[in-house]
Amino acid sequence: MDDNVVLTEAVYYILLTLLKPRHGYGIMQMTEELSGGRVRLAAGTLYGALNSLCRKGWIEALPEDYRSRKKEYRITADGFEILQRELARLRQLVENGERILGGLEDGENDD
Amino acid sequence: MARMMIKRWFWAWDFEEEEVWLNEMAYQGWALDKVGFCKYYFKSYEPGEYVVRLQMLENNPAMAESQEYIAFVEDTGAEYIGSVARWVYFRKKAADGRFELFSDISSMMNQLRRIINLALFCMVLNLLLGINALQYSPFGILNLALAVILAYGGYRLLLKKKRLEKKRILRE
Repeated sequence: MDDNVVLTEAVYYILLTLLKPRHGYGIMQMTEELSGGRVRLAAGTLYGALNSLCRKGWIEALPEDYRSRKKEYRITADGFEILQRELARLRQLVENGERILGGLEDGENDD
Repeated sequence: MARMMIKRWFWAWDFEEEEVWLNEMAYQGWALDKVGFCKYYFKSYEPGEYVVRLQMLENNPAMAESQEYIAFVEDTGAEYIGSVARWVYFRKKAADGRFELFSDISSMMNQLRRIINLALFCMVLNLLLGINALQYSPFGILNLALAVILAYGGYRLLLKKKRLEKKRILRE
C-alpha cells in the first residue's frame, strides 16, 4: 500500500460514508449532509470514483440483492486503514495550522 | 401537452453550448423529451421544471457497462432521455435538487479527453480517406475539408483541457 496517500475530498467522504453499506444515491445524500451541503458529488464523478476505489480494493460491491437493482458498496479493511491514515494526516494539517495561525493571533494581541 | 421538434447540429466540441441551449429551452418551458440525430424533441412543462445534462460515454450506450452507468444516474433521481451515437441525455426536476454529472476537475478532464480522442481519430480518418479519394475523384476534397474542421475542433478542445489543467493545480 502506498505510504503517502492524499485523498480528495470526494474520496474521503465516500470512504467515510461506506463504513455502512450504501448505494450511490445514499453516498451522495450522506456526503451532502455531513458537509453541511458544501460537498456535492455528481453522479458521473461518483460512479467513476466508486469503480476506481473497487479496483484499488478500498471498497467492495456487495452481492446484488435480487429485489433491487441498486448496487450497494462497503469499505474494506484496506480502505479502513487508508481512512485512518488520512485522518492522522488531516489532524497534523489542522494542528500545524492552529499552532502557527494561533501564534500569530496571540502575537497581535500582545501589541 | 404541446410538443415541438427542432433540427439543430452541434459539433462535438460545442457540447457545452448544446447543454446551455437545452437548458435555456427548459427554462422557457420546453424540456427535452427525446433525441435523434440532429433532432431535438421537446414537450412543454412548467418553465424551469427540468435541468438537462449530456455527456459522451466511453462505450456505445447499448453496451452493458453503459447501461449500468445509465441505471446508476437514474437511481440518483434523474431521467434518461436517450442517446445519439455515444452521447447520452438526462434530465432531472429542478425541485429534486441540483443536477450535475461531474463535480470534480479530473472527471471533467476524462470527459474532454474522450471527445478529443474521437475528434482526432475522425480527423486522421478523413485525412487518409481524402488523400486516397483524390486519386480517383475531386470529391476527396470534402474529406479534407472535414479533416480541417475536425482539427480546429480538436484544437479548441485542447485549449479547454489546458484551462482545466491550470485550474486543477490550485484546486485539487
